[in-house]
Amino acid sequence: MTERIYVFKRFERFWHWSQALLIITLMLTGFEIHGTYRLFGFESAVNTHTIAAWSLVTLWVFAIFWHFTTGEWKQYIPTFDKVGAMFRYYLTGIFTHAPHPFRQTTLRKHNPLQRLAYLGFWLVMSPLIWFSGWFYLFYDSWADWGVDAWLSLEWVAFFHTLGAFMILIFFIAHVYLATAGHTPTSHIKAMITGWEEVE
Amino acid sequence: MLTRYAGMLLVLAITLFPAVPALAAADTQAAPSVRSASKSTADHASFKILQQEFKSGPEVTRACLTCHTEAAKQVLRSKHWTWEFLNPTTQQRLGKKHVINNFCTAVPSNYAFCTACHVGYGWKDQNFDFGAQENVDCLVCHDTTGSYRKLPGLAGHPNYQDMEFPPKSGRIVKAPDLGKVARAVGKTSRDTCGACHFYGGGGDAVKHGDLDSSLEQPGKYLDVHMAKDGLNFTCGTCHLTSGHDVPGSRYAVTVAQSDTARMHMRGRQEGNPATCESCHGDKPHQHRQADRLNSHARKLACQTCHIPEFARAKPTKMMWDWSTVGRMDKDGKPYKLKDSSGYESYDSRKGHFAYESNVIPKYVWFNGEINYTLRETKLDPSQVIQINRFEGSPDDGRSKVWPIKRFVGKQPYDIGNNQLVVFHTWGPDDSALWTNFNWDKAIEFGMREIGAEYSGQFAFVSTEMSWPITHMVAPKEDALACKQCHTAPGRLDQVPGLYIPGRHGHALLDTLGWSFAGLALLGVIAHGAGRIVTSRRKEEQ
Repeated sequence: MTERIYVFKRFERFWHWSQALLIITLMLTGFEIHGTYRLFGFESAVNTHTIAAWSLVTLWVFAIFWHFTTGEWKQYIPTFDKVGAMFRYYLTGIFTHAPHPFRQTTLRKHNPLQRLAYLGFWLVMSPLIWFSGWFYLFYDSWADWGVDAWLSLEWVAFFHTLGAFMILIFFIAHVYLATAGHTPTSHIKAMITGWEEVE
Repeated sequence: MLTRYAGMLLVLAITLFPAVPALAAADTQAAPSVRSASKSTADHASFKILQQEFKSGPEVTRACLTCHTEAAKQVLRSKHWTWEFLNPTTQQRLGKKHVINNFCTAVPSNYAFCTACHVGYGWKDQNFDFGAQENVDCLVCHDTTGSYRKLPGLAGHPNYQDMEFPPKSGRIVKAPDLGKVARAVGKTSRDTCGACHFYGGGGDAVKHGDLDSSLEQPGKYLDVHMAKDGLNFTCGTCHLTSGHDVPGSRYAVTVAQSDTARMHMRGRQEGNPATCESCHGDKPHQHRQADRLNSHARKLACQTCHIPEFARAKPTKMMWDWSTVGRMDKDGKPYKLKDSSGYESYDSRKGHFAYESNVIPKYVWFNGEINYTLRETKLDPSQVIQINRFEGSPDDGRSKVWPIKRFVGKQPYDIGNNQLVVFHTWGPDDSALWTNFNWDKAIEFGMREIGAEYSGQFAFVSTEMSWPITHMVAPKEDALACKQCHTAPGRLDQVPGLYIPGRHGHALLDTLGWSFAGLALLGVIAHGAGRIVTSRRKEEQ
């Protein structure tokens, strides 16, 4: 017995997919700037990375505004309730086709592991990448800001790369877990249409 | 309209008639217009004192000094005259008179040959009078005719009679008409400066790598400032000279000039007009990526990006090995060899050479301080001897990354005293190396000449000399692109103390980062595979 509930509103879906595009672009260009491979050429990679970063900043300004005006920010309040059950489900239940321990509703659209992971994204990865990225981007102004005496490009780059690796790992897990819904495509369909099939 | 017809006629004339007379005719027609365009308030051709047949250089100088009463006094104080420079920082006594380099090595005992490039007459030995104003050579810098030439061996005099040069070459160098030269004097030019500075080290383009005769008529690609069809700078445009004191010397390089000194003015006490910053300031980029490029300029000399290669028009000498001097051909005669490009690779008188074109410079931190290995300096012959060491570091707050030409060689040193030696290369006697190919005699003679102690035994030591690359600035389109330093192999890979995105990183972070990302990927693949397998089993049931 399945039913359909409306979980992702139009702005959310727009936000998600444009953010996905920007983050993929940032990762592709970022690791090229890091020297991992050659794809766009260093100069274009830097320019694209910069444009994508500013675009993402703009998008986030809107997203943050949206979260607070709609109260959707509450979706990220962490809970440890059923975290163990979620782990057990991903480790064993999913293979034995046990029922999903979390029932999605419009008011609680993220399972407890998602909440923790997204909170980690908001509180750890994103400050790390943004702060380091900000200093990286404004390297030319360090002297004017008076930070050049104690800040080194080497460490700014270190934390930026650290953030990038964390986001890459997050990205891998996130893309895979998108297939771990009620059916392999139900999460993905929901993110496209807004409607999720739930048991 | 008229000029166009004249041009067509000229083309016709060149095509239809023998070229030389046609060109000569065009020259004489063009000359008056050039003269009338001159802003000078004096026409030397109308000066009475210059209406005479001069027999010698000093005679001309005496005539010059009747009006230019202070000129010679100014020259007597200049490096062009003294060939001496006391480095205020290191207190080393430098200049051609003292330094031993790894090209022709040393001036003493070879004066009459080397002083062809002295702005004076008669420096043939140690007894030269450095106070005699009449010995100043005005013409070598102020000639505009191109007919005044000083040949090696004449101690700074031009040949007053027609002369075969080089000896036994069959080529005759005509004696200049000194009166004509004197009546046509003018400002210095690329040709006059270049007559010595383009030919340093014994030939065109040999020494610097960024100064050679291609700068007489450079295209824009070669020198964006001096291009004939562009800004058309002369040497003096940047080396803005006041009272015969020419600023901009590689003995005391201005590495970084602050914006407060930004003023291209004659005779300023502070600052050096012969720097990029004196015109462009220290935030020179204004358009695309301006801030990013300007912040690069805090650590990189302008030259690092804007002179991407040197020896771009003519190959420059990169190596000179004196140790192989004196090999003879099967008839027992000295010989010369050429490399595949037609440049000298061996000369019995000079040893082995290597020439290179389009050379990518070496890059070093440089704060303007240079320490020389002088004749008195004790050597460690097991090491490559740094003829001049460019000082600098990423942390001293005054260094920038500079492009240099690194010139390597082998030259004799005194085994007993572990010091470089002066040897007698050229001279009308039986001790000169180029006459007898006898190192013992040549070194003994050279060392006696400077009154230095010589143990009597010599060997060859490897040496290295650095030359700042600063001329032949390319158009901005040809400046280094980002990727030339930011992707492998990067130009600045060997320069310490820089964090270059794309070339540097934290190895452990990279290893761990990729390992965890890889594990995550493997994990999800395994997990997904497990789900596929179990769901198939369920379907089969």
